[in-house]
Amino acid sequence: MIKTFSLLTGLILLLSPFNTTAQHSKGMLSIAFKHVVDEQALQLDSAVYKNALGQTFTVSKFKYYISNIQLEKAGGKKIAVPGYFLINEEEEASKQLLLSAIPEGEYISMQFMIGVDSLHNCSGAQSGALDPANGMFWAWNSGYVFLKLEGKAAASASPGKIFEYHIGGYMAPSNCIRTTSLLFAKPLHISKENTGAVTIIVNAAELLRAPVTIDFSALSSVTDFHNAGTIADNYTDMFSIATNEK
Amino acid sequence: MKNKLLVFFSLAASILLFGFAARFSGDTVTRRDVELKIPAGFPKPFYDFKNNTISPAGFILGRKLFYDPILSSDSSTSCQTCHQRVAAFAHIDHALSHGVGGRIGTRNVPALQNLIWQDTYMWDGGVNNLEVQPINPITNPDEMNESLAHVIMKIKRNREYVQLFKRVYRDTVINSERLLKTLAQFTGLMISANSRYDRYIAGRDTFSIQEKNGLQLFRAKCASCHREPLFTDNTYRSNGLKPDTSLNDTGRGKISGAQTDNYKFRVPGLRNIEMTFPYMHDGRFRKLKDVLNHYSVAGHTPTADADLTKIGTLSDKERTDIIAFLLTLTDKEFLYDARFADPGRN
Repeated sequence: MIKTFSLLTGLILLLSPFNTTAQHSKGMLSIAFKHVVDEQALQLDSAVYKNALGQTFTVSKFKYYISNIQLEKAGGKKIAVPGYFLINEEEEASKQLLLSAIPEGEYISMQFMIGVDSLHNCSGAQSGALDPANGMFWAWNSGYVFLKLEGKAAASASPGKIFEYHIGGYMAPSNCIRTTSLLFAKPLHISKENTGAVTIIVNAAELLRAPVTIDFSALSSVTDFHNAGTIADNYTDMFSIATNEK
Repeated sequence: MKNKLLVFFSLAASILLFGFAARFSGDTVTRRDVELKIPAGFPKPFYDFKNNTISPAGFILGRKLFYDPILSSDSSTSCQTCHQRVAAFAHIDHALSHGVGGRIGTRNVPALQNLIWQDTYMWDGGVNNLEVQPINPITNPDEMNESLAHVIMKIKRNREYVQLFKRVYRDTVINSERLLKTLAQFTGLMISANSRYDRYIAGRDTFSIQEKNGLQLFRAKCASCHREPLFTDNTYRSNGLKPDTSLNDTGRGKISGAQTDNYKFRVPGLRNIEMTFPYMHDGRFRKLKDVLNHYSVAGHTPTADADLTKIGTLSDKERTDIIAFLLTLTDKEFLYDARFADPGRN
């Protein structure tokens, strides 16, 4: 009896330091997405913006998937953060992510996929952010729409002067999976006591320029693989870290 | 005393039995009814239910959804409107699919059978997983004209469905993933593998001389695309039909984006072909005779698959023999399988 007891105590003593470090070693990272069109904040329907050609436009919808997030430590070690996130201008809560179970450490950069990896484009019915009922799934050519930008432009030749760019596709003829890498303004310390925080500026104007300037009168609708890669190349650099981060 | 014991034991036994049946089987569907059995000689299926464990309750829910017009915008059209059991779940005597408000689609309704051996779905192979296939007919304006979100809203308001989902998943969550998965439990078990052809191959039935001759001709002239035992090689090919300009359907090309894939369509499996008329992707042929006529005469489009030349000109006798063989692919066990019947009409 005494033997068992001491054995147990020993075990508990042995395990407890591990336990506490295990609890101590995880922290959280909060990411805020701030949508803009160049210098102006993104305001659905009301605000009028100009593209590189001086054509005016308004935005009625802006949403996109973020996935396969990786955080990089100073030494180059990468931490994968699971999860699929649908960021939607219309839903405030969707623009604020709180990632948990991040190992303690100093992080210098992050990478993520704009869109959904090929495996999860083929995995059948899914729920949460990947629920096809979210309206970001193509039924006729299975796969997720990675990004939607819709609005109106006076120069558009489409009925109702609308434009819509629905970008998706995880394989040939148009693989639109893109990844981006963002360097933090200064190393981010994450620990149990210290939740890291970054703000990511997302500039929707980047969809319409560099490498290819989008002319609303020539291209007002992208809803399948035609021209999708062009827009995806354009928006790959629309993310940046807010530099005034403390 | 002996009698009392007997009564006690038989009572206990019946409680056990019925309790078991009620717990593990919903209505008339038992565990054994929903067991996935791979027929002898069939390859490994593409869809394996790994993330979608089949249960009697899941199958029952999938079946109810399949037969319920609640999936359509005006509650007029269910899956079975176009997928009729007596036709191996094709649409008897309809060239093109039908939908809400009398709308007509652009393609012939394919039979639903042996679906788990398909790597893609639809005539153009645009759908990559059995579970997400139903999103097409549900959301297509020419078919059910609904949104997934609205279907889920209607289902959540329906007491019977709330109970049925709870019985399958043991909690109160209802979402499109679960709806689509239970539909896949129902359609995935639609397996046809007991036709006279199957029994003949297994040595349990005989063929007439005509049928044997038809099989031989079939293997020489048709089987390079319609490969046994599923009677398809899961590829897309141009069968030399002139495109119907009113439909202007470019088929596989629309999915792959490759010009060389234009006017290619899935090589369909041929099981239960006796019941799945009319034929071809646009349902232009009403009789098997017409199909064989098309394949055996010249005048195919320039893009026609090279394998078509293997067919050559078929004599009248050869055509009759091939058709006699094709009729051995009718699987009455599958066509009259009570598990797949409309639960509202049981």
